[in-house]
Amino acid sequence: MKEILLLKDGEIVLKGLNRRSFEDVLKKNLKYALSDLGSFEIKSAQSTIYVRPLDDDIDLDDACERVSRVFGIVAFSRAVVCEEKTLESILATAPVYLADSLNGVKTFKVEAKRSDKRFPYKSPEICREVGGVLLQSFPHLSVDVHNPDMVVNVEVRDFGAYIHGKPLKGAGGIPVGTGGNAAILISGGIDSPVAAYMMAKRGVKLTAIHFASPPYTSKRAEEKVVRLLQKVCRYSGRMKMYTVPFTKIQEKIKNECPEELFTIIMRRLMMKISSRIATDNDCSALITGESLGQVASQTINALGCTDAAADMLVFRPLIGMDKQEIIDISYKIDTYETSIEPYEDCCTVFTPKHPRTKPVLKYVEYAEEEAGFDELIQEALDNLKITKITADND
Amino acid sequence: MEHYLDNSATTMVSEKSAQKAFEMMTANYGNPSSLHEKGRLAEIELSNARKAIAKALGANSEEIFFTSGGTEANNTALFGIAQAKKRRGNKIIISAVEHSSIIEMAECLEQKYGFSVSLVMPKSDGIIHTEDVLAEVDDNTILVSVMLVNNETGAIMPVSEIFSAVKRKNPDIVCHTDAVQAFGKMNINVKKLNVDLLSISAHKVHAPKGCGALYIRKSVRILPMHFGGEQEKKIRPGTESIPLIAAFGVACNEFDINTNLLKISELNAYAKEKLLAISGVSLISPDNSLPYVLNISAGRVRSETMLHFLEESEIYISSGSACAKGKPSHTLKALGISNEIADSALRISFSKYNTKDDIDALCMEISRGLSVLAHS
Repeated sequence: MKEILLLKDGEIVLKGLNRRSFEDVLKKNLKYALSDLGSFEIKSAQSTIYVRPLDDDIDLDDACERVSRVFGIVAFSRAVVCEEKTLESILATAPVYLADSLNGVKTFKVEAKRSDKRFPYKSPEICREVGGVLLQSFPHLSVDVHNPDMVVNVEVRDFGAYIHGKPLKGAGGIPVGTGGNAAILISGGIDSPVAAYMMAKRGVKLTAIHFASPPYTSKRAEEKVVRLLQKVCRYSGRMKMYTVPFTKIQEKIKNECPEELFTIIMRRLMMKISSRIATDNDCSALITGESLGQVASQTINALGCTDAAADMLVFRPLIGMDKQEIIDISYKIDTYETSIEPYEDCCTVFTPKHPRTKPVLKYVEYAEEEAGFDELIQEALDNLKITKITADND
Repeated sequence: MEHYLDNSATTMVSEKSAQKAFEMMTANYGNPSSLHEKGRLAEIELSNARKAIAKALGANSEEIFFTSGGTEANNTALFGIAQAKKRRGNKIIISAVEHSSIIEMAECLEQKYGFSVSLVMPKSDGIIHTEDVLAEVDDNTILVSVMLVNNETGAIMPVSEIFSAVKRKNPDIVCHTDAVQAFGKMNINVKKLNVDLLSISAHKVHAPKGCGALYIRKSVRILPMHFGGEQEKKIRPGTESIPLIAAFGVACNEFDINTNLLKISELNAYAKEKLLAISGVSLISPDNSLPYVLNISAGRVRSETMLHFLEESEIYISSGSACAKGKPSHTLKALGISNEIADSALRISFSKYNTKDDIDALCMEISRGLSVLAHS
């Protein structure tokens, strides 16, 4: 029996005249997500995307998992394709295809959708006929239209007739690439991968920027960031990561700036460097994992000072979230276990004992100018390392 | 040139030991349980290794049980004795500076199996004292476990004295020592130590990783953690890892404890003198430590930073404590060392392959590090 995936478009159906371009991006993303599993035919009609495997040995379980992480799809079903678009074929296919799942339940109901109005039977008739056949084939079953253990869906569409069980939840959001480009500042903690995921969900194509300060931070810390991004890539598609050599800048902050301003100045310099990298990569915004009040550098005043150093829009998708809410998402996207590996990152290297929680911009700027970072910033930008990251699909 | 000074973490496998493992994998690869000749040849190697280890411990070869390493030996000792003795009492005494394979197993016995665990703290000299252990011993006590040499500081515990006092007070108590860091480095005799059980590991003595052994005195009854075969008298069933075990045996036959101890003592004294001459460096290891381990604090530079700085010159040591994000070392904490010193603790650990060149390189780079690295 031939199976197919039926994907329901999410909010892109609301995109009016732009809908086609959104759909094209979504199909491209699907194709990329499935590319190493074999070849598929991907086409769309009536707010549904049809993903049909072209090779016989394709593992559809894998395909379902990949599809569940592609933004722009609200729900999807793994369905069987009836040999012909006739009632007889539907009635012959249903008991065979559904045997395993129906043997595990006691009650069911049939729902039919006839979007091809040329089909001679109306939806209630299809339901009645299919229900009858199933009751005959599985005498232990009874029909319960209000609270069934299982819903059997029959869809008669332009391209054929399909039967499936309960639709699975899609990733939601809008297709990556339709929301512009932005650069995520990623340290290796719990928050930044979640922030990256959330902006990718809103269609943003990501570039990653990581600050490394060897020997204060280790190679393993950088490898950890790569592993985190590989997890994010399962949702966002491939991305480039820029590693910024940050040692000299951090040492200069440590040696020449007031201790209580270490963190705020460090973050401002990260913003400055990131703005430059972002501009060179056609990004129109920066993304950070900051959450209001989480630490001293994330107070409203500190964020104000940090923001002033960025030449562009800064997205902080976690700004109003509690740590536990962020952790819940990190579990969902499977980054939590990696995030908590205990390697020193650049944000924890020189933490002041008493950081200023209400920094005043002009004093911070003054301290920064006194030290003078322009040369070191340029040197860091001249020595960027680029790593290409693709999804870790293990 | 590489300067490997992290021999308490693991050691380079000696050439003879590695060759033996290779031979046992490619030529003499039989299963010692097989009845045929190939099996018998493998069994001979198994029994030779057992004899070599027994000899190194002053034990009888029937008292040696191979495990997958020090952790499994420690786990088996605690769990096995607790289960065998649970009708007689439920109190277990361990020192607070044990390896995590003892501490976490004790926690498991406490939380899941209803035993009560007492931790004995070291005094400020880094040593577990007999009177402090004795104070915990009562009629309900079934097991005492105190390590022979501490893995972080090198402190030698007066295990023989502690155990003989414990047994005078309550002869039914089973005494275990974790000798992973002591084995092959100092003379060990299970009878002189008054121990009933003793754990050792192969990869700390120039043999491969994945192998260890538990000495169990003949009359001591212990219950297994694993089931499914007659191997190791059912205490540790499963086909024996003959390549690793035979290689372990070869490494034990290569021991030259007194000569090496002399050499390492000189090396340690040399290192101590040179390191302490560097401003900012202070000593953490107690005075009577085994010279194979030297724990120091490198001023205000964090352990992990210094470690990565040194690795750039191919000098490999351990951070005495985890980084700011990790947990602080429970051993250094138990010694009452301040957080600042523990944060910059470095463990240098020697082997017979080290030379003064290694120490010179280390001292040069530590002092360079202290001047170029920004202090935390």
